[in-house]
Amino acid sequence: MGEVSKASRYLYTVIILFLIWLMLTASLDPQEVGFGLLLSLIVAAFTYEIFTTGGLSNLHPRRIAYMLAYLPYFLWAMIMANIDVAYRVLHPARPIRPGIVHCKTVLKSDVGKLSLANSITLTPGTITLDVDDDNYFIHWIWVPDEALTGDEEEHVKVASENITRPFEKFLKVIFG
Amino acid sequence: MNAFTVLGELLVLLGTFFYFLSTLGLIRMPDVYNRMQTSTKSATLGSLGVIAGVGIWALGTDFGSAAWLTKTMAIALFLLMTNPISAHALIRAAYKRGIPLWHGSVVDKYAEYLEKSGGDGETPEGGGEE
Repeated sequence: MGEVSKASRYLYTVIILFLIWLMLTASLDPQEVGFGLLLSLIVAAFTYEIFTTGGLSNLHPRRIAYMLAYLPYFLWAMIMANIDVAYRVLHPARPIRPGIVHCKTVLKSDVGKLSLANSITLTPGTITLDVDDDNYFIHWIWVPDEALTGDEEEHVKVASENITRPFEKFLKVIFG
Repeated sequence: MNAFTVLGELLVLLGTFFYFLSTLGLIRMPDVYNRMQTSTKSATLGSLGVIAGVGIWALGTDFGSAAWLTKTMAIALFLLMTNPISAHALIRAAYKRGIPLWHGSVVDKYAEYLEKSGGDGETPEGGGEE
């Protein structure tokens, strides 16, 4: 992405670093805030090139709104999946039917694909094994019957519907 | 004893309970892939519960302040961003090393994909990485 200016990328890095500083110090004392700002400006000068490719466009209000909505949504999905896996661990018969399934994603950007892979891995019961372009290979602890068809397209559709689709509608807006 | 300490203690208790479950899962699951599945539980609800619990717990004590909560939130955020990468690297390394799936596994689309994309199993390695 060469079209994003260096100033925009630099400013974005400064803002993010400064926010992290504010969270870690949790103080509004002018000395602390001033020193944090100074450090952010210095550190960002060295790191902005590898820190971001999108620059300030990442802070578009629509993206931030979706990100804020994504957090509770993701936490809820994570809690439900946790309970599901906890049930499988505690059940005497150990009801697991694992397999590696094939999903396709509609996300385009690398950061978006990374976030999707991370979200899938963080949700218990599914782990991203490999990503190749828009192909995701996911180890699933309970492969449902519908995904066990011989038809490749049908399989991909069912698997994507279950694993990637719920996260994609948010990540598509946040990362593109 | 007030609402914050009670909520914090409950969250820490919940976190340790999920730590226990994932340890139990490590013993009960049949192969490395399913063990990874249960061990991600400890990283998510276990750690999140303990970390958020400590932050909220501190609000209710006389030495604690809101600074505890923001610090623990930052820790939780970094944990959520970095943990899945190591999980992904581990399970991928296990697969590339040739560790077989459990005999009860029903499907392995990755092996089919590797076969289809040419005899050279290294081809899909090039792109798609973060």
